[in-house]
Amino acid sequence: MTLTTRYAAESSPTIVNKEQGSESDMALSRSLLRMVGIEKSFNGVPTLKAVDFEAYSGEIHALLGANGAGKSTLMKVLSGAYSSDAGQIELHGMELQIEQPKDARSVGIYCVYQEVDTALVSQLTVAENIMLDQMAQDTASWWVSPAQQQRQAADACAKLGVELPLTKFVSELSLAEKQMVLIARTLIGQAKVVIFDEPTAPLSQEEAARLFAVMQLMKEQGLVVIFISHRLPEVFAICDRITIMRDGVRVHTDHVSKLSIQDVVSHMLGRTLEERVQKEVVPIGEVVLEAKNLISGHRVRGVDFSVHSGEIVAVVGIVGAGKTETTRLLTGVEQPEAGSIYIRGQSVRFKEPADAIAKGVVLVPEERRKQGLIVHESVETNVSLPLLNQLSSWSGWINAKKERQLAAEIVEKLRIKTASIQTLVQYLSGGNQQKIAIGKWLESDADVYVFDEPTKGVDVGAKEDIFQIIGDLAKQGHAILYFTCEFAEAIGIADRILVMCDGKIVQEFDRHAATQEQLLFYASAGKEGEL
Amino acid sequence: MEVGIKHKLLHFLFRYGAIFVVIGVFVYFSLRLEHFLTASNIGDIMASISIVTFVALGVTFSLIVDGFDLSVGSTVSLTTVVTASMMVWYEMPMIVVIGVPLLIGALVGLLNALFIIKFRVPDLLATLAVMYIIAGIHKTYTKGYSINDHMLFPDGTKAPGVITTSFQTIGQGEFYIGSLSVPIPVLFMVLAIVAAHLLLRYTRFGRQMYMTGGNREAARLSGIRVNRIRTLAYVISGICAAIGGILFTSRVGTGEIDAGAPLLMEAVAAVFVGFSVFGAGKPNVFGTFIGALLIGVLVNGLTMMNLQYYTHDIIKGTVLVLALSITFYVVNRGRSSSS
Repeated sequence: MTLTTRYAAESSPTIVNKEQGSESDMALSRSLLRMVGIEKSFNGVPTLKAVDFEAYSGEIHALLGANGAGKSTLMKVLSGAYSSDAGQIELHGMELQIEQPKDARSVGIYCVYQEVDTALVSQLTVAENIMLDQMAQDTASWWVSPAQQQRQAADACAKLGVELPLTKFVSELSLAEKQMVLIARTLIGQAKVVIFDEPTAPLSQEEAARLFAVMQLMKEQGLVVIFISHRLPEVFAICDRITIMRDGVRVHTDHVSKLSIQDVVSHMLGRTLEERVQKEVVPIGEVVLEAKNLISGHRVRGVDFSVHSGEIVAVVGIVGAGKTETTRLLTGVEQPEAGSIYIRGQSVRFKEPADAIAKGVVLVPEERRKQGLIVHESVETNVSLPLLNQLSSWSGWINAKKERQLAAEIVEKLRIKTASIQTLVQYLSGGNQQKIAIGKWLESDADVYVFDEPTKGVDVGAKEDIFQIIGDLAKQGHAILYFTCEFAEAIGIADRILVMCDGKIVQEFDRHAATQEQLLFYASAGKEGEL
Repeated sequence: MEVGIKHKLLHFLFRYGAIFVVIGVFVYFSLRLEHFLTASNIGDIMASISIVTFVALGVTFSLIVDGFDLSVGSTVSLTTVVTASMMVWYEMPMIVVIGVPLLIGALVGLLNALFIIKFRVPDLLATLAVMYIIAGIHKTYTKGYSINDHMLFPDGTKAPGVITTSFQTIGQGEFYIGSLSVPIPVLFMVLAIVAAHLLLRYTRFGRQMYMTGGNREAARLSGIRVNRIRTLAYVISGICAAIGGILFTSRVGTGEIDAGAPLLMEAVAAVFVGFSVFGAGKPNVFGTFIGALLIGVLVNGLTMMNLQYYTHDIIKGTVLVLALSITFYVVNRGRSSSS
């Protein structure tokens, strides 16, 4: 700790932009940030395995990887959101002790997160928000001078080459402007390293271009700019070097000029094995559900597709592609701003999930503990929840015997491992919880099952069981929509695969026609013809 | 090892603490006060807690759906004077005398639901505002006077009616099981407790209420119309408070002003004391009754010990804060250790 503070005190605010030298020379003199042997485990599961990472000042360095590769974890270690189990972090050859975000900020390491609102105080002005970290410091003066604040904030904006309405409240700004406020704040903090975590996902093309210009400027001022993105084309357009991670390991680092999009995709996937799924061929019937031009906010920007009875349609995409939002529109959890949903050719509007369920559309949500289950209730109570109408008489009296039987049946059928049907759901494993979240819909008269990441946090054995359950549902003639970011799963289970990127379906594949590389390519905003 | 014992002790206290306290208080007063353990006094305690129990049942419903209803006390006050005015001012038949306050209770519930569900005002704040509105209405309605038989208006005229004896039977009457005399309001209370218990425990509606309170998002995604359920909970809460008001008028024989003011805290305390009874860990009807019993015994005993009425609040407040502490401490411990 003493080291860190001393470093911060001694370091000068300006960073000297070194002359371009030879390759090896550059690595020596310009290497500003070095992370060595970083390890991090969560509940005994290693997420980062001895990761080395190096970035120079005056470069934009892309950090890429599929979901769960560990790139966000690595950056959270760097920015102090997590503390690492092992490893060293050096900045300018000085070893740093980063235990919490404050430590990282005090040496000039900043992160611009995608959720900008969590870092801003919406009732304060732009200038006040830019100066927020300064005001939070213990050493800051007791008195606040708005004029001086505005001057400093204006300086920062000028350095970035952007104009922000300094006296406006942050709540009135657009998302892109809010990002700029956060970036300006890093300058006030004399940033040396700035991490951009998926900053472009919610932005329009022009807004993204403006952001890139700012990143370019920061690079020219000698900062280390680390860029996490799932859009490969923009990575290739603005970055100098790329580091690719997979399964908690750094697998490749190179200059952009020496890599192609295909190289990156294959490094991201590695030699992944196809999921072994026993897929039965079942007859596919008529269209059950059709969605036309669904639009909601900036996450769902015109989604069209249809699903037939007996068919499993997988919708794949990177986290943030708009999959979860789409499932919510389909099942009445939220209402679309535009577009329509048809069930067997009939236009329907769902005001509530109850309406969707009445029409036979059910959702197994992503966050099972928050949305799918009531964890402090018993297995029995959870399973019977959607079936209370069937289990009770006209007076509403619940037939306890029928309820017990039903719960016991489902527990047996899905091989749910539980001491009894009276056990509270919170004491079951993730896989068994998920089986209950699915199992509660089995006896309902649903036609369409919408699954949102059903294998998230589920062990291998339970995963196979879940595939089996879903396969059986299709065999019985139900229509299945399977939203996932696991490409291998989609290839294994689906009859048809739709690729979703930035709120749109961008590509469609038939069973066996898709490879993981292709899926990842299109999910990363790749265009046809580039492949 | 030591931790295990401490943990067990805590859970034992959580499950049975409230019941032990009730018994302890009861035994203490019985030994200390000559006239405490007499049939007539026990009947008196039961009759007096019947009103609190009704109000507390309403609060139980609002808490089950993870809401809160602070307006119940004011609703009791309003319905008390309305009930009396129906007879004293307007000489209405019994059906109207009882029907109008019930309707008012339901309307207050709907008003709460409107603010909480439609305008998304946090439940505590919405019902706090409604509590003041209703309290203001009830004083405006009576111009600040209690309503007595043939009351004198400020302009010198006399009210035409009286609180009828048949109406007073509801709150003051007794019937006999063998030689044991049971007050009629106690009968009502027992019926209401049994009905509410059956409703919440064994019917679809009750299940949906608990699920809505347990996890609103999951309940909604499971097809429960949670807003409808929450609205109904507030309406039930209002109606229960109205029944409390009717019983109050009947028991006292006047339309007393501000009758419900002390009832809010007693009811809330009753529900939270009952939270933990037999380890339920959630609002439940039987627990609420135990809580109401504790409050009733305390108030009765303290009165007999000639403690000033204004000191009662200190004791009731202490009971509430203790019940809250135990409940939240154990519940939050459970949550953090399980996740």
